[in-house]
Amino acid sequence: MRVLNRRPGNVGAVASAAMPFVLALVVYVVASGARLAENPDDKLLPSLVTIGDAIERLAFTPDRRTGDYVLWTDTAASLKRLLIGVGIAAVVGLAVGVPNGLLPWFGGFWSPWVRAMSMIPPLAILPILFIVFGIGELAKVMLIVLGTAPFLMRDIEQRVRELPREQLVKAQTLDGTTWQIAVRVVLPQVLPRLVDGVRLSLGGAWLFLIAAEAIASTDGLGYRIFLVRRYLSMDVILPYVAWITLLAFLLDYALRRLNRRCFPWYGA
Amino acid sequence: MSLIDVRGVWKRYSGKTVLENVRLKADEHEFVTIVGASGCGKTTFLRMLLGEVEPCQGVIEIGGKRLVPEPRADRGVVFQRYSVFPHLTVLGNVLLGLEFAESRLLGRTFGRRRTRNVERAEAMLDRVGLLTSATSYPSELSGGMQQRLALAQTLITEPSILLLDEPFGALDPGIRADMHDLVRELHRELGLTVFMITHDISEGFSLGSRLLVFDKPRLDPHEPDLYGATITFDLPVRESPDVESVVDDLNVKNGVRT
Repeated sequence: MRVLNRRPGNVGAVASAAMPFVLALVVYVVASGARLAENPDDKLLPSLVTIGDAIERLAFTPDRRTGDYVLWTDTAASLKRLLIGVGIAAVVGLAVGVPNGLLPWFGGFWSPWVRAMSMIPPLAILPILFIVFGIGELAKVMLIVLGTAPFLMRDIEQRVRELPREQLVKAQTLDGTTWQIAVRVVLPQVLPRLVDGVRLSLGGAWLFLIAAEAIASTDGLGYRIFLVRRYLSMDVILPYVAWITLLAFLLDYALRRLNRRCFPWYGA
Repeated sequence: MSLIDVRGVWKRYSGKTVLENVRLKADEHEFVTIVGASGCGKTTFLRMLLGEVEPCQGVIEIGGKRLVPEPRADRGVVFQRYSVFPHLTVLGNVLLGLEFAESRLLGRTFGRRRTRNVERAEAMLDRVGLLTSATSYPSELSGGMQQRLALAQTLITEPSILLLDEPFGALDPGIRADMHDLVRELHRELGLTVFMITHDISEGFSLGSRLLVFDKPRLDPHEPDLYGATITFDLPVRESPDVESVVDDLNVKNGVRT
């Protein structure tokens, strides 16, 4: 039997998917053990026990100075920035992308501008954002917006253009106005694609969030990682990275479920 | 006076002549079928009647008024594909035309008005035999059912002219025969004027009351795009005594192998 026709069974599929994770953990434990045997004060690869202590300290013990649970306040601060930023970007992406794709005059005016502006590397204008918006929440949210909105605008514009010509003609023969066609024909078909676009841009959004928090912030997941970097606290950095990865995965999963729940016709 | 009056219409695309000097008068309730080789401007002609394409030269009048180059509600259309909206259920697709007319802002109706619209839409679905699939999405329907839905969706707004662009081209022969019956009945019941493009000459003869053949009367072999197509045959079909021989004749002329 050819290799391309061999498939794992149900148990095999789960086992083979879990294997790389287990292997990575085993490699870490072995390497950490070897380093700690040579130097018990090694900070680079802390043991799982040390990491567990750090998690216990950050997540389940109130901070001695502020009384906060550090991990949860960091998570709340970061998620708030991320969701506000991505939410604004999604709304702007729709508000610009739909008319850009649907209305020749509107698109003729704005589309080339959007295309040009989307080439600006957002991190390069981060200093400008700090100068203009100060170093408060606004600059950090704006970085996420400026980083993800251009992609969403262009993506939505493209999705609108991909709608079959026949559909728009048909809607006109049913006497729909431009507005009615935008609201009843174009927008609902573009919404699940917007959700897909947001899923794709979440990676970038996390990047911009952590960059902004690393440079100017007093809380947040990115802030904490860059703060404890000074003390080489790998026992904090590693669980924080794992936690961010888990959050990103859960967000992506939630959006995928949302699409399947709200738009059963999508992808059929 | 004729319902549709096409006078000396030309269409050129950047040096390529698609249609030249098309003339046609059609009366109310006619069922005009259009045949011709691929790329001979049949669809361009239909898109002109639709208002989607503007002629370079010449005049199209409908009901004595010059055609505004934009699709309007007096001309319904069914394409071969993409005629229905994938994000709406079968019922939602049929409701759309009614809701467009009643709600300028949202394009949706609620409460008693919606109930009344649903009743009308369900009656139309019943007419085309889709009532049991009212809550399905188009992707769950077969090709023939999708075209039935497209017809119901178009006819709910009561257009006087129905334009069909190879609506049954992708269907199996058996289902196509059912669709022929449906279209013939709807044409008679609703007093429609129908223009239908088809690849299938026998379909053109059996279904229509009049058959148009689009072809290029002149052909420059060194520059095939120089001259465009026009209506080369305009045949009344009803009770044609010898349909078979006319079909054979046309097949030979159009290079169709039988």
